[in-house]
Amino acid sequence: MLTKRIIPCLDIKEGRTVKGVNFVELRDAGDPVELAKIYSDEGADELVFLDITATVDKRKTLAELVTKVAKAINIPFTVGGGISTVEDVKVLLNAGADKISINSSAVKNPQIINEMAAEFGSQCIVVAIDTRNVDGIDFVHTHGGRKATLLKTQEWAQEVCDRGAGEILLTSMDHDGTKAGFSNELLAEISYALSIPVIASGGAGTMAHFKDVFTFGKADAALAASIFHFKEIGIPELKSYLSDSEISIRI
Amino acid sequence: MNIAVIKYNSGNVQSVLYALERLGVHAELTDDPEVIRAADKVVFPGQGEASTAMRYLKERKLDTLIKELKQPFLGVCLGLQLLCEHSEENDTECLGVFPVKVKRFVPENSQEFKVPHVGWNELENLADNPLLKDLPANPFVYYVHSFYAELSEFTIAQTHYIHDFSGILHRDNYYAIQAHPEKSGLVGEKLLNNFLSV
Repeated sequence: MLTKRIIPCLDIKEGRTVKGVNFVELRDAGDPVELAKIYSDEGADELVFLDITATVDKRKTLAELVTKVAKAINIPFTVGGGISTVEDVKVLLNAGADKISINSSAVKNPQIINEMAAEFGSQCIVVAIDTRNVDGIDFVHTHGGRKATLLKTQEWAQEVCDRGAGEILLTSMDHDGTKAGFSNELLAEISYALSIPVIASGGAGTMAHFKDVFTFGKADAALAASIFHFKEIGIPELKSYLSDSEISIRI
Repeated sequence: MNIAVIKYNSGNVQSVLYALERLGVHAELTDDPEVIRAADKVVFPGQGEASTAMRYLKERKLDTLIKELKQPFLGVCLGLQLLCEHSEENDTECLGVFPVKVKRFVPENSQEFKVPHVGWNELENLADNPLLKDLPANPFVYYVHSFYAELSEFTIAQTHYIHDFSGILHRDNYYAIQAHPEKSGLVGEKLLNNFLSV
């Protein structure tokens, strides 16, 4: 049976992990490769690297990091952050990334989804959508959730699916950082409407939240950052909890 | 040991090279028929679209070469599909090493079954085969695909998604895995290691 996926997300700046991590076994807390290897050994199903570097050299640094990660770990990983052209994607996939994720650049130029999917196949194109509820309506936001757009989240999700996205990474900015649970209602609505997998992000605080996002939120995968980095929840205990709760999971 | 990884217009071959490197073997990415012929083992990876891949192989006469090889040969993902007889992906005649048809997943209930089939799923009904030696019962492997090979007499492990399909095929010196062993953690490493020892 196909299992639900648990995906730790690592924020990267200039080739280093930025969000503080609380792993005593790490010799170098800022080394993304070492952290990635620990997560992979602990049973993470996939990893996401989100690059938040803002310098011109970023592409080269990121590609070098991707190569190091690809050489070190034996599970799939996605790379996102500032990717806007077919060439950007080519460089990262050739460096060894399994998938790339695009966000603001897709909102700015939706056609890029078609172009990337045609060139590399849908399976490696993840479209990340940041959403925020404004007066009862879910709108797509860009620039880390700061900038509102006029796109309705459900409509945009359908459009990116139609344009050839292979997966959607949906982050609820209303839930992100609250540790009060995922945005299950919206996730379920989108997951039901779309024929591609949906990765839920934003709001994980307890193990029960993961169970809820898979049962009520109908998510295919769940992503979280700080609760894993600070070891509030360990991946092995989370996976055995989910398995005991009759969620299909890889142990 | 000389391992040749067949170079063609397919995505993500780098991961296969890295995975072999992690196992301590050096593999050469090549489309040179002489190098491929002389290799101890041949790996045929792949991600992409069937008709484009077949056209590329034919243009370089790699299609006939692949069918003539005698050493252990491992197709991965699209590599498995191309070793079959025919693929529904753009109605493509494939290499025919396995007399098996490749079909598209058509979910009856699209709310429950998304296509592509992405993620970790189990290999079941494992045959007694050197490629599957010392694997745990129902091991998990990582899949990303929209087309699948039907069950056949050459199926040595199957997976269930919507229905059962061929997870791993074996005929003579040809082995083929639909999942990505290079991305399937320790189970994937074991599969690749077993292939290196067949």
